[in-house]
Amino acid sequence: MTVGSTIHDIGYRHYDGRRLGRGYVLRSLYVHNLRACHGFGRPARAKVMPSILALIMLIPAVVDVGVVAFTKEPGALMRYSSYAVTLQVIIAIFLAAQSPVLASRELRFHVVPLYFSRPVGPLDFVLAKFAALVTSLFALMAVPVTVLYVGGLIAKVPGSADQLLRYLGALVGCVVFALVLAGIGLTVAAFTPRRGFGVAAVIAVYLLPTTFVLIVQGIAEVRTQFTLQGWMGLFAPFNLVDIVQVRLLGAQRSAVGVPPGIAGGLIALALCTAIVAGSIAVLYSRFRKAGLS
Amino acid sequence: MNPTIAMITFRAMLGRRRALLLFALPLLLVVLAVALRVTGVADLEISSLVLQRFAIATLLPLVALVAGTGVIGPEIDDGQIMYVLTKPIPRHVVVLTKLAVAIALIAVFAVLPTFVAGLLLAGTTAQLALAFGIGMLAGGIAYGAVFVALAVVSRNAVVIGLLYALVWEALLGNFAPGAKSASVQQWALSVADTFTSASYVRSTVDLPVAVVLLVLVTAAGTLLAVLRLRSLTVAGAD
Repeated sequence: MTVGSTIHDIGYRHYDGRRLGRGYVLRSLYVHNLRACHGFGRPARAKVMPSILALIMLIPAVVDVGVVAFTKEPGALMRYSSYAVTLQVIIAIFLAAQSPVLASRELRFHVVPLYFSRPVGPLDFVLAKFAALVTSLFALMAVPVTVLYVGGLIAKVPGSADQLLRYLGALVGCVVFALVLAGIGLTVAAFTPRRGFGVAAVIAVYLLPTTFVLIVQGIAEVRTQFTLQGWMGLFAPFNLVDIVQVRLLGAQRSAVGVPPGIAGGLIALALCTAIVAGSIAVLYSRFRKAGLS
Repeated sequence: MNPTIAMITFRAMLGRRRALLLFALPLLLVVLAVALRVTGVADLEISSLVLQRFAIATLLPLVALVAGTGVIGPEIDDGQIMYVLTKPIPRHVVVLTKLAVAIALIAVFAVLPTFVAGLLLAGTTAQLALAFGIGMLAGGIAYGAVFVALAVVSRNAVVIGLLYALVWEALLGNFAPGAKSASVQQWALSVADTFTSASYVRSTVDLPVAVVLLVLVTAAGTLLAVLRLRSLTVAGAD
């Protein structure tokens, strides 16, 4: 052998076919993680929770469309952009349940080095996980919103051009929701590999700041300090993304506090970007380190 | 009660980074209490609101979930429970010990911080701190028993517990009054209501009913956990 990449050459026949390359590796990891997100390729008990949560997400949309079709009352149609904010608890539980599936299991069983002994870099590894969770969360939110939109079309809700615009705006909102939530969920789960703890830690990171912000916003509203009420919204994940939706995507307000002007929206968007970039950086260093041991 | 099992469980719950999670949970409540005290907005109404919504409705279920499922869930999942079950210790002793550890953790990481926050917010006015301390402890014991049982019964214990605590108690309670009365949170609030003269603390359940239900749920949870652990078969994890 003239190639210097092998330590031992005990005479086995070499693979000299086509190498599928980095893109193929990335795609395979992505598909694997996306399947894992919904429990495909794993026992039935891993499929139960994601399916139940996805079903719960669909129920209000279906019921609402039914009500609109039955009563011919277009005002009863839920606003597309408010769907994720209204059902945030379910989305948060889905995030808490599934992000440890993606980010904790390899760490718990110490198999990360096995991945990196192949032509996979830590960045590809992390990006594939991130993209898979984002896709899965987006589907979780976008499917019911699409049901609402299509249901509205069938029930002949007036103003179809306006509805389409709002629907597309809500879809962009769903992407931002998915990106921010996936960043938070994966980062927290990557630092709590013990089973069950990851779920609790992710939900705690969502729930405690949200409750904290809601209480402070409530007090601020009573004392008519609406500026404080608006800016506090930056510290609760769903409120943060709703600020982006309201100030930059032209949606109506769904969360409690929204700071004024385009500036508020830009700051919220900057914070979202920082969360996503920061979480990818943290995940990268976490998995790179885990791959060395 | 078996001191060795208790010690091992404490070590598993508080070892290394895990303790960090348990310490971080009540921290925000204390921070909020200090902030409200310093800015001087902490009157009796706001104090009751904070203790109700933050302490009883959020902190208690979360800490109880971490403690209740954490003491036994991971051991069952990775099969380590076999090393405990194959020792000549009755299984009800195993369950009771784990439950006692869970309740101790809930007392330290949920009840005590609430008491401190209550003192910070309201001082000794209307016995608010003490009342919420007692209410939280009563609720914590019931939650602990329920979540330990859940962890023995199901692999998805944490998620099911979350669905109960966040969807059943918080969301459905707003729409269906019946669901609101059938919640540990309301029973704990009812106990707290009895010990304070503050009129802002109000529960949808009367005290005798709440106490009976708390005892009943605790007993049922413990019994279920014992019965299921008796016939536990350990399969491969994940």
